[in-house]
Order: sequence, then C-alpha cells, then structure tokens
Amino acid sequence: MMATDWRLTKKRGALQIRALMIRAIRRFFTDRDYLEVETPSRIPGPAPECHIDAIPSDGWYLHTSPELCMKRLLAAEYPRIFQITRCFRGAERGSRHIPEFTLLEWYESGSDYCRMMEVCEELIISVAHDLGHEGNITYRGRQIVMHRPWERISVTEAFRRYSPVSMEEALEGNRFDEIMVDEIEPRIGTEGPVFLYDYPVALGALARAKQADPRVAERFELYMGGLELANAFSELTDAQEQRTRFEEELKNRRASGKAAYPMPEKFLAALPAMPESSGIALGVDRLAMIFTDSESIDDVVAFTPEDL
Amino acid sequence: MYNASDLRKNLKIQIDGDPYVIVDFSFVKPGKGQSLYRCKLKNMINGNQFERTYRSGDTFEPANLREKKMQYLYEEDRQYCFMEAETYEQVYLTEDQVGDAKGFLSDNLDVEILFFGEEPLGITLPNFVDLTVTVAEPWAKGDSVTGKSKPIVVETGYALQAPPFVEEGEKIRIDTRTGEYLTRVKE
Repeated sequence: MMATDWRLTKKRGALQIRALMIRAIRRFFTDRDYLEVETPSRIPGPAPECHIDAIPSDGWYLHTSPELCMKRLLAAEYPRIFQITRCFRGAERGSRHIPEFTLLEWYESGSDYCRMMEVCEELIISVAHDLGHEGNITYRGRQIVMHRPWERISVTEAFRRYSPVSMEEALEGNRFDEIMVDEIEPRIGTEGPVFLYDYPVALGALARAKQADPRVAERFELYMGGLELANAFSELTDAQEQRTRFEEELKNRRASGKAAYPMPEKFLAALPAMPESSGIALGVDRLAMIFTDSESIDDVVAFTPEDL
Repeated sequence: MYNASDLRKNLKIQIDGDPYVIVDFSFVKPGKGQSLYRCKLKNMINGNQFERTYRSGDTFEPANLREKKMQYLYEEDRQYCFMEAETYEQVYLTEDQVGDAKGFLSDNLDVEILFFGEEPLGITLPNFVDLTVTVAEPWAKGDSVTGKSKPIVVETGYALQAPPFVEEGEKIRIDTRTGEYLTRVKE
C-alpha cells in the first residue's frame, strides 16, 4: 500500500476554507457588476519597478501582476473589472512569500484610493460573513476587531509615532523598508485592520501624486493581523509622467545590476484614454492565512516549490 | 560565494575568519520594497550570537569547514560522542554544538561532523531519519477524520504532530530540515 502524503492530507481543512473564500470573493464582485477578466500570464515585460523581479520565460516574462493588461482594459471602457490570477516573482521565499502566488486585482473607474479603502472593508467583511465569521476574527491568538471604519494612518504620521527618524530621513538613508518592517509594521493595526496611506512618490511608480502634497503618492497598503494584505493606488493617468517614473525605475534597476525590462509602450499608448480610477492588488494566499489561522503561506497552498 | 538569496537556516558562512551558522532566518519584503534577509548568526567557535539584516547585493564566503562521515555513539554528561567507522577515531560535541539535531540522533546514525581545522564544531544530519515512537495515544477508530493530528514522542524525546493512526512501537520517518512527520516505516 502506498503511504498517503501526510503533509498534503493535513492541509485539507485549510484548502477547503481557501476554496470557499475564493468563491465568496467572486460572489462579492459579480454581485456588484464587476466583470471577471483573464489576461495573459506571459508578457513582454512587467511594469518596471526596482524591487520586483520577474521570472524570464522564453524571451518574455511571467507577469508579476496583471496590472498593465487590466489598465488597458480600463482604458478601453471596461469600468469595473476583477481578476484572480497566479503571479510570479523571482527569489521571494519566506513564511509570507512564495514565488508563484495568487493575486486578486480589481479596478474601478471614477474612483480614488479613499473610495477603494471602503470597498476593501466591504469585501473582507462580506467574505468573512460568507465563511461564517460574525464580528471579530481570531488570528494567531489575537482578536482582529472588524468594526468599520478601519483605522487610517498616513505613512508620515506612522514614522513620526514609531520611527527614530522621519520618513524623509529614512528615505535619504535608504532605511525606509527596514524601518517599515522592523519598527512600524509590528506596532500598527494591533486592534484591527489598518490602512497605511500616502507613501513617498518614489515608492509608488504607478500612483498619482497627491494634489495637496506632491511629495506623496495616493497609495495605501492594507494590514491585517500583522500581514501586509493589499496595495492600492489612485492610478496615474498622465502618460508622460508615467514614462518618466518608469525611466527612473529602470535606471535604478540597471544601477543595481538587475534586468532592465522593455518600456511598456502599448500600455503607455493606452494611458491617455484611461479614466480617473483606482486599482488594488490583494494577496489571496495571505487572506487565506488569516481565515485559516495559519502561521505560514505554506499552510494555505497545496504544494510549495520545495514539495515538487 | 553566496548571495543574500542563498541565505537560509543552517547555512554556514565565514565572517572575519570565523565560521558562523545561521540559527534563525526570515525573509521579509514590503510589497514594493527591497528584499531583507534577517539572520541570527552563531559563531561556531565561541558560541557568540548576533542578529543582522542583509540585503540583495550582499555576498558571503562559505565557511571553510571540512566534513567527515561519522557515526553517533552515545551521549554522556551532555557530551555527544561520534566515531569514524574505519579509523575508530572519536570526537565529542557539546549539547550546544549539537543544537536541535539532538532530537534526531539515534544509535549508530550516520552523520557528517564539521571540522574547522582539527576542531569538531558541528553536525549535519541526513535529510530523513527513522525513529521509534515511544509515546502516542491509542488510535480511536471513530477519530479517523482526515487531516487530524495528535502529539507523539519518539525515542530521542523529540515531540511532534503525527496522524492519528500512528501507534507506540512503530517506526516513523521525520524530515530533519522541518522536524515534521513524513510517513510510517515498515521494517
């Protein structure tokens, strides 16, 4: 008799919750007249961003996010779209990272990042309800208070409260990411989910700069149970500005010896037709970690690369 | 030469001429930010530990260690004795040097002992070891829901989770890299 693979068998409960969760996500969006779309996984190049590494595939790349194609749909008058798709990022492996992972992205025209925060609240509360959670959720022994509205705190304010140096100083000393993960992330959202918003413009290559303060971009990250769950923008629609931002990212990639991706010309050509809109990418595996009370991303996928 | 992306738990690297082992490791990366590699490193000679976060672009020398295949013999007063089968040469490691590996050492197990010059410093286990279960609740047949697990203890005193059908006296295979149950072993 073949021995059963215990590591797979014991994931059954988590994989069942994951499947129900994805069904609940689909229901949320289809009930609200979003069109589910599918865009290619293999593309000429991802959006040029300094710290996101795409995996080469026969001269092209596996997409790191469906962002470029989804925005071309937005520009072609698809005003509300969503997609649940596998994405690929090289050399990302840890208890919260796996190189092949599942992203939920959705875009809405006529919307901005403030409206997007509300949709996030509605989505996650609706999914929680479909999974049988009324009220709070327990994750890793701690209560996540789900009552709306969720906390909103600007990045500048988070640095002021929890970092030894200001946001500007952290950027100058190339310590922004380090302080974010070591000092800020452990201290925010200890009660409930939290939106961290208004990131330095240099850290939001596809986000619109804030009119009242052009040093920051209209970008937010949603944290829940200590996990970074989603990243959203008021989308940048100025093609010239977008090209300049991409050139900056490509310059930084070359300076650190990384592959320089081709400039996404067809995306840039479509951008002038794209309406004011907001978009977001949410880590489906990480949301599954919360609803299955899992410590590691390995617990919510059937197979890790190491299992193959 | 190792890159930051090669860093992982139990990797041995050389810093300022001394061999270090990574005893704790985590990969962190803000979505749009840089990859950060958090390491807790232990000096394999004096046991001193420190924590450090590395980034992409950092490079590391492999520790200059020699491996020798030896057999585990016994433990006495927290000294672990190993022998090379051909020469009968014996060496001792302290409990600290053996570390987590002590939960997987059964008599005559073949392991690699790491030497820095002539000095034994550490141990590399085979990826899989077979150990006898010494403590397990009896299997209640009604309790066969797939995916359920129960706590068990093996002959070395190491405790872990296993499927409900595993019983005392049986041999099981454990993955020493994760410390997890893999399968039952029929002898």
